Amino acid sequence: MNKDTKISLALTRVQFNWTERILELGILLISATTSVAILMIFVFVGRESMPVIFGKSQLDASQSIRSVEDLHKMSAKEIMTYLGLSKEEYNSLDKQSLRELMLLKIETARDASKDKDAFINAASLKYLFFPHQWTGYDKPVFIWQPVSEIRKFNIIPLIVGSLKISLIAILVSVPFAIASAILVSVLVHPKIKEVLKPLIELLAGIPSVVIGVFGLIVIANIVQSVTGCVFRLNSLTAGIALSFAVIPVIFSISEDALSSVPKSYIEAAYALGASRWKMAFQVVMPAAFPGVFAALMIGFGRAFGETMIVLMASGNASILSASILDPARTITATIAAELAETVFGDPHYSVLFFIGLLLFVFTFILNIAANLVMGHLRTRIEGKK
Amino acid sequence: MKAKINYVLSTIILGLILTYAGEAGNIIVKGSDTLVILAQKWAEVYMAKNKNVTIQVTGGGSGTGFAALQNKSTDLCNASRKIKTTELQNCIKAFGKRPLEFPVALDGLSVYVNTENPIKELTLQQLEAIFTGKVKNWKEVGGPDAQITLYSRENSSGTYEFFKEHVLKGKDFASSAQAMPGTAALIQAVARDKNGIGYGGAAYGQGVKHLLIKKDDSSPAIEPVEENIVNGTYPIWRYLYVYVNPDLYKGEIAEYLKWIRSDEGQKIVKDIGYYPLPKNLRSSN
Amino acid sequence: MNHNKLPLQITKPWRDCESIIFTGLCFLATLVVLAILVVIVGYIAVNGWGHITWKFLTSPMTQDIFDASRTGVLSLAIGTAAKVILMTIAVVPVGAITAIYLSEYSSSKSIFTKVVRLAINNLAGVPAIVFGLFGVGFFIKTIGSTIDATFFSQSSGPVWGKPCLLWASFTLAVMTLPVVIVATEEALRSIPNSLREASYALGATKLETIFKVLLPISIPGLLTGSILAVSRAAGEVAPILFTGAAYYMAGLPKSLSDQFMDLGYQVYILATQSPNIEKTRALLFATSLVLLVLTLALNLVAILIRYRMRSQNKN
Repeated sequence: MNKDTKISLALTRVQFNWTERILELGILLISATTSVAILMIFVFVGRESMPVIFGKSQLDASQSIRSVEDLHKMSAKEIMTYLGLSKEEYNSLDKQSLRELMLLKIETARDASKDKDAFINAASLKYLFFPHQWTGYDKPVFIWQPVSEIRKFNIIPLIVGSLKISLIAILVSVPFAIASAILVSVLVHPKIKEVLKPLIELLAGIPSVVIGVFGLIVIANIVQSVTGCVFRLNSLTAGIALSFAVIPVIFSISEDALSSVPKSYIEAAYALGASRWKMAFQVVMPAAFPGVFAALMIGFGRAFGETMIVLMASGNASILSASILDPARTITATIAAELAETVFGDPHYSVLFFIGLLLFVFTFILNIAANLVMGHLRTRIEGKK
Repeated sequence: MKAKINYVLSTIILGLILTYAGEAGNIIVKGSDTLVILAQKWAEVYMAKNKNVTIQVTGGGSGTGFAALQNKSTDLCNASRKIKTTELQNCIKAFGKRPLEFPVALDGLSVYVNTENPIKELTLQQLEAIFTGKVKNWKEVGGPDAQITLYSRENSSGTYEFFKEHVLKGKDFASSAQAMPGTAALIQAVARDKNGIGYGGAAYGQGVKHLLIKKDDSSPAIEPVEENIVNGTYPIWRYLYVYVNPDLYKGEIAEYLKWIRSDEGQKIVKDIGYYPLPKNLRSSN
Repeated sequence: MNHNKLPLQITKPWRDCESIIFTGLCFLATLVVLAILVVIVGYIAVNGWGHITWKFLTSPMTQDIFDASRTGVLSLAIGTAAKVILMTIAVVPVGAITAIYLSEYSSSKSIFTKVVRLAINNLAGVPAIVFGLFGVGFFIKTIGSTIDATFFSQSSGPVWGKPCLLWASFTLAVMTLPVVIVATEEALRSIPNSLREASYALGATKLETIFKVLLPISIPGLLTGSILAVSRAAGEVAPILFTGAAYYMAGLPKSLSDQFMDLGYQVYILATQSPNIEKTRALLFATSLVLLVLTLALNLVAILIRYRMRSQNKN
């Protein structure tokens, strides 16, 4: 609101209307929804991943197993700790059920792996991030095999997989997206721009699952015939498919940034005898650089967080490898593929929420950084005006 | 189209007021996506013969089925794997006893290779070595000199767990094994990859070669066909299960389960791509 | 203001090689980008068109979900439509009111405004799968369970504390909130202040001005935002994977607490879970084509509305 409106308001607002005040308060509260939503995402995703953060997962601890007859001798508290029951659960169970649970515990202990590795809490931060030499391996390794007698939850292969595929996607999409943005914002007639810009942004309207199908069938074949690689579904295939989704994002934001460079810059460049190339690349681009950089960051965030495309096109093998022709497993695809079968409260469930939390925090930080950079651009351009 | 839009809108408005009402004579079945089509077929045929019974079938995965069993939102739970300890614990906590377990069909797991691959048979030990990554080249098992490409399933799949437990003897899959999201993707991948090897349901898999499997070096090589799977000579097979709360195992639910396991119910199993139970496991009517 | 209207002698620096090569490269890049669009749409269309028949479009899903000759997309279309309609009902009021606040009440210096804007920008960048996790952790496990414990404790199982249409729609609503807010705010801001002042001068209060004068004028903007939101939500699969989409269910959802079948999820299932790839191919492409046509058509409509709005503003 500018000064004139404020003056007009002061002159015209005669009534002090309670209903209006309440309604305006309502507007204020509802506007807080977005901020509350972000906070709640953090809280509720974080809540399910707490067992991992605080190391309280109920993986098999080396308890001594008691026989069923011991039930008479154990106090209520002992039974609750031994069987892992909460107070409500203990109160709701009868003697017969408790006997069954004790029997089950004996059976499970008998059938469980006697291996020393089976007793580590593999869903704790230490084992999530650092390598460990598991039974059957000849050196410390980073392994993600959550469904196993000896469960392994190391997330480093997943993080590396996400980073690798996102980087490939950015490297592939940046030249095309930025070149198109330069063309559309600075090099063509505005009438052509009105047609081209929506057309390119239409690419963003293709659902990612359709791009995934295209990647799975077409791009994988092309990549295999061009490179002759061993694995048809690999990081390169996924990266290229992903770039189809990322190009419109980088294009949109860069184009906005380039268009918001004042025309006076361009006129000044021409007035000084610059060629078209010099004007675009040495005057406009540097001026809009923060915006373009922010576009890259947001594009990277989009690539990092994409699920369906990588789920279908990346091969989903959790290996640590630098080769782009090797398959990779991303954080997003892991969550999408594995969450449905986990049991609520199980360590696997908590770990999946934990990597979801990491994903959220990462894109959150990336977005804030991008916003800061955009703000920098705005002050730079508006400041110099 | 307009009628459909109206239907949806009125459903929404009604839905805002309606409470979920259970109907009498209603059997709810939830669980494995592997079994959902078969379960739906069973339900359809049974309902056609018994008009007073309605059976609702939904999928969501074996895990979802067990979760529903625990919180009593389903009568029957379809599962492509055995129940896990945590799930057993939760069931005992919920209804005081372990759920009853009924095998309802057989699933044979084939090992697929590309049609151009000269290898025709492998032993279980060789399979274990290949899929755990110990054996990396086809020449080590009598094939051409080429790197083996491994295709596996996502760890949320009952097939994955079964293969790991019974063929790999609990060892880990090699990290380089690609996790395909479903049978189609796996078969497609092996069909295109000369050096690929994968596993999946024996009834599917046109376009790839099914290997004959030997229990060990001295055993005969068995083909994954119905006869061998049902009589157990083919070594890689598993049961598909239905679990039920013992307190609910009476009346219509018991009748339905008996029918599924009878000769009549088992006739349908072949159409969906699984194998019927051997005679000694069926219920006698 | 466009630089091409400047005198020719200043603006025709075409003579040097650099510019020609450079512009040529940019032109090629743009061509490649457009080609991607054409190739993807074309590939799906060419492979799927043959299977699109009236029967396909109007027959419901049968249990032979992978058999191209026996199943249709009606259940999927209705499921997707229901999810999207519910989402719109949830997102439009919240989005419009937030936009009203940002455009009419906020001052750019207040911390609250800065926080709200930051939240909107961030919400737009949150990965879709994280929304799915949020839907499970908040809507299903917290709100759903609480509703069940308070109102339905006698019932034989979770009523609202499970994946269903309602929670899937709400999850999508949270995801598409930024789109609606940004489009509506843009529309509101482009209304000249003179209109507001005229309204006040005639004795209207602020709220009356907003709801009776400004909002009706900004409906094209609100519409653009909603249509873009709908288009995005129709195609998103990750948020509904655990909050409501069903692999297969007979019939249509009978209440908001039922699961539903969805176009996008079905495309994923068809591409990866089918037992016979050849038989399912046609079905896969036809279903993808229906989804693609739906989302692209919605996008085009939004673009057209926005174009008309902008040209009207210029006049």
